[in-house]
Amino acid sequence: MVPPAEPRSYYGRPILKKPVWEWFIPAYFFSGGLAGASSALAFGARLTGRTRLARRARLTSLAAVSASTYFLVADLGRPERFVNMLRVAKPTSPMSVGSWILAGFGPASGVAAATDVLGILPGVGAVAEAGAAILSPALTTYTGVLVANTAIPAWHEARHELPWLFAAGSAASAGGIVAALAPPQEAGPARRMAVAGAAAELIAADRMERQSGEWGEVYREGRAGRYSCLSRWCTGVGALVMLLLGRRRPGAVVGGTLVAVGAAFQRFAVAAAGEQSAEDPRHVVGPQRARVSAPS
Amino acid sequence: MTVIDPAALSGYDVHPPRVGFFTDTTLCIGCKACEVACKEWNGVPDDGLNWLTSSYDHTGALGANTWRHVAFIEKQAPAGEGPAGEGTAGVQWLMSSDVCKHCTSAACLDVCPTGSLMRTEFGTVVVQQDICNGCGYCVPACPFGVIDRRHDDGRVWKCTLCYDRLKNDLEPACAQACPTKSIQFGPLDELRVRAHDRVAKLHDAGTVDARLYGAGDGDGVGGMGAFFLLLDDPEVYGLPPDPVVTTRDLPDMWLTAGKAAAAFAVGVVAMFVGRRR
Repeated sequence: MVPPAEPRSYYGRPILKKPVWEWFIPAYFFSGGLAGASSALAFGARLTGRTRLARRARLTSLAAVSASTYFLVADLGRPERFVNMLRVAKPTSPMSVGSWILAGFGPASGVAAATDVLGILPGVGAVAEAGAAILSPALTTYTGVLVANTAIPAWHEARHELPWLFAAGSAASAGGIVAALAPPQEAGPARRMAVAGAAAELIAADRMERQSGEWGEVYREGRAGRYSCLSRWCTGVGALVMLLLGRRRPGAVVGGTLVAVGAAFQRFAVAAAGEQSAEDPRHVVGPQRARVSAPS
Repeated sequence: MTVIDPAALSGYDVHPPRVGFFTDTTLCIGCKACEVACKEWNGVPDDGLNWLTSSYDHTGALGANTWRHVAFIEKQAPAGEGPAGEGTAGVQWLMSSDVCKHCTSAACLDVCPTGSLMRTEFGTVVVQQDICNGCGYCVPACPFGVIDRRHDDGRVWKCTLCYDRLKNDLEPACAQACPTKSIQFGPLDELRVRAHDRVAKLHDAGTVDARLYGAGDGDGVGGMGAFFLLLDDPEVYGLPPDPVVTTRDLPDMWLTAGKAAAAFAVGVVAMFVGRRR
């Protein structure tokens, strides 16, 4: 039987519930990724003798992980119970996995920064920084799984792209911010990370929005559409500025800031897309009805 | 009729048989006694006196403060149709009391990072309110849009299948209150047999649209602890036609993340190789 052309619904009401997350959560996605990628940058800088780049990268990492912890706790309905995140370790819950990654990464990043700034225990600092760097690939990608592991079509159907998108955005924002802060003669790796991350982010975002079928349209409408557009422009222009003018400090500051802002807008675009996708029952009913009615 | 035993899979060695609801919507008269009984027994807060202009449905949807929701649909139908063979000329009523499905593979339970959402010995899914910290991850994970966060409270709430009543050998409040036995409570395997018999009887009587929703193990959530007999497509009642637990794709997602993480690591290394510049 041919399914009806327009998906039916119950008075046009949403089937799914919108995420209850406020702006804290996309802000967490941004700052957590920034923290992870900065600490990877710091470790590489340490190993290649770029001491001033290393310090700025590890301070960026500490500031970002502190901010991200605040964002996570602030968004909870019962913030005083945040420590319950460590009651269990559940691989079926990316949020549980992420809590444990953060529980390891946060102190490691803190020790790496503190030992450097205070000039004490360099060996301990090196081990801590290595630990943070080892966790950094997980920290920059697990949030993509967290978002995709829901029933919301715009998120779940983007599950092949989201980890790449968030990792690229993390690299771009870390490269951009650290390049803005560090002396240009040491900041080469950061500049390159900003440009490469920005390029990868633009490609991943394009793939996600185009391959997501009819629910990809949320990325072209409403708030998600606006944030997505802003993200593309800031990231693209920032990468160009960094590429062409990044060897001088002003160019690095402008380019790096734009790239980071672009990565932040991308997280907010994804968050808004989830809300818009949950609100439209057609996104749920259409593909599911087609699946059920397809001749087997 | 075999029923998956999620309680055993969750580690209960000895436990009562899995229980749930069979909601036969052909018997529903739309009285909403189930909504009232649920709220009274569980002390569920008032969520407003609203006029929603959706037939007699002024409740709207399931949520943190609505654990039973009666849906009303007025279908245009030729006179003389309906399970009793008669009806108002031109209008067929569809009425159904919606509830948490207590899925065999429950996405809310899978994603809960604190372990607050748990499987009970009865095979049901409940929120432990002393543990929930209101992270809200379960809310977008549910393919039916059941669970939600209570704004003034901060924690998430949903149907408990009257866990406290089950522990005292009582049936859930909604099932007890239902005057037509549209909401039937009991061991899930018995309910499934009863449901299939009922569908066969309805088909013999000419109600060919009768179908079951969530009564088998083969659907995307492994079968529902609360399943339904419907007279039209699920989406007409506000139910997803083919719900799938999101965690089914999780191994694949972790693999994707692993690849992206490896590429990130290689990429960072690449930023440092070569002459100093």
